[in-house]
Amino acid sequence: MLNARFKFMMVSFFCLFIVFLYGPMFCILVLSFQGPEGGLTFPMRGLSLFWFESLFDGVGVVDIWSAFGRSLRLGLVVMVLTVIFSLMAGLAFRKKFALSSALFYATVSSLIVPSIVISLGVALEFRILDDTIKTLGEKHQITWILEDFRTTMGLFSSGLGAQLTWTLPFGLLIMFAVFNRFDPSYEEAARDLGAGPWKTFTEAVLPIIAPSLIGVALFGFTLSYDELARSSQAIGGLNTLPLELRGLTTTVTDPTIYALGTLTTGISFTVIGLALAFYFTMRRRASGKKI
Amino acid sequence: MLKQIEKYGASLLALPFMVTIGLFFILPLLLVVVVSFWDYTSYSIVPDFIFTNYEDIFYGCIDNLPELCTAFSTYLSTIKFVIITWLITLIVGFLIALFLAFCVQSIALQIALFLLCTIPFWTSNVIRMISWIPLLGRNGLVNDGLVKVGVVEAPIEWLLYSEFAVVVAFVHLYTLFMVVPIFNSMLRIDKSLLEAAYDTGASTWQMLTNVIIPLCRPGIIIGSIFVVTIVMGDFLTIGVMGGQQIASVGKIINVEMQYLQFPAAAANAVILIFTTLMIIFGMTRIIDVRKEL
Repeated sequence: MLNARFKFMMVSFFCLFIVFLYGPMFCILVLSFQGPEGGLTFPMRGLSLFWFESLFDGVGVVDIWSAFGRSLRLGLVVMVLTVIFSLMAGLAFRKKFALSSALFYATVSSLIVPSIVISLGVALEFRILDDTIKTLGEKHQITWILEDFRTTMGLFSSGLGAQLTWTLPFGLLIMFAVFNRFDPSYEEAARDLGAGPWKTFTEAVLPIIAPSLIGVALFGFTLSYDELARSSQAIGGLNTLPLELRGLTTTVTDPTIYALGTLTTGISFTVIGLALAFYFTMRRRASGKKI
Repeated sequence: MLKQIEKYGASLLALPFMVTIGLFFILPLLLVVVVSFWDYTSYSIVPDFIFTNYEDIFYGCIDNLPELCTAFSTYLSTIKFVIITWLITLIVGFLIALFLAFCVQSIALQIALFLLCTIPFWTSNVIRMISWIPLLGRNGLVNDGLVKVGVVEAPIEWLLYSEFAVVVAFVHLYTLFMVVPIFNSMLRIDKSLLEAAYDTGASTWQMLTNVIIPLCRPGIIIGSIFVVTIVMGDFLTIGVMGGQQIASVGKIINVEMQYLQFPAAAANAVILIFTTLMIIFGMTRIIDVRKEL
């Protein structure tokens, strides 16, 4: 239908776009393997693992490895919560319930309200909470508040909450897509065979939607692991890896930062690869079972 | 008892999700609005109901016209980024979606190519920004190439840490937000409509403007809303790619928060949300009007 010249142009355009998308990333991958006298730009000066070694020794005053650990832990917690909460909400949305359309609009808005505003709001929330706790402590002379209490803000309170406002909407939208295509006759069959609600869920529904839950998990982990706009003001005293990285962009002027980029991108790619492999094998198995 | 569970089951299932969104999205948004009317000192915020935070933002804005005050010039510069980024991501995103939806026949290949476009979305934004340094830097590949070919005599300075770099990074990071919704609308287009257009003698251009684009309208609007809101509130990309030299609304909020001027930041945030909503509203209207013609 579309003429051949048009198609050729489109193929070329797509290839250019892919180069545009991956080319820069590929450049820093290559440049991170330079020798000790390497700089931030081409040409390559030597070939070594020098900058990775320098990364393992630490980058200036920043403790990259604890930041990395924090990002990983937070990512895992966000992933688990995103899967569970989105799955439950996805099941709930199959029926109408109190506030269901309000919840839907709030969730979609959460995706498109500028991240800095959410970060500010969450920071304010915890600041006001802190102030309230401190005032109460002074009023009633509660010793532990007066002596030990600093802040409620932290990685797994305000940081976690701020990131969930970013991952949960994606999770719910995926669940919508899943349940729109879900054939309820499997559930009915299970019920007719005498399965209770829990058994119907675990033995009929869950195996069918499991591949999509891998997708939700992928979104949950990777979006949290790389997230920085929403958590930037709401993370508390200890930074995650992306936040440290942003700081490093202004201070580090050697390929160490490329080595770090290669490493963290490598981790992202591993996670994506694993998730896709899981997804496709599970889907194949699910479709195999159907017949 | 069982009936009760049956009745409230759906609400109970949605409860964790609802509580999270309520606690970390709705309540914080309300607090931003409330605190924008509060007072503050250098170390604390004081509940109050004053308009000084808003007045401070627009201080001298009307009196000094036609000279632009900080607020106006910052908004203008941010809106300029929004318009440029929106136009480029829309065109590129549309073409990529068009390619994926209509030029790729096999579904397996379609999924593979779609994933190829999506994978960078799951990697770090900061790294993707930094990765432009070897290309756009003073001694980067682009400058080297231009000098060698003889287009310019000395390396161009404005490739990196400039408005140009900011736009490149925006397009690089956010075209996907256009591709996905537009691709999704295109997949829903009934192929027989295109065949009908082709059979009645429509050219490729006519098929695009008379069939595909009008039917992609929802996708285009959703993608545009994403791109506009992201760019309007951005402070990271403009910060990193602009070499911390370019002002943006998001950055003002960010800086005010670092100085613990929360009520001032909140007032700016309220105006930011309001402006963003106005732009989205305006854009949906423009697209509507064109459909009327």
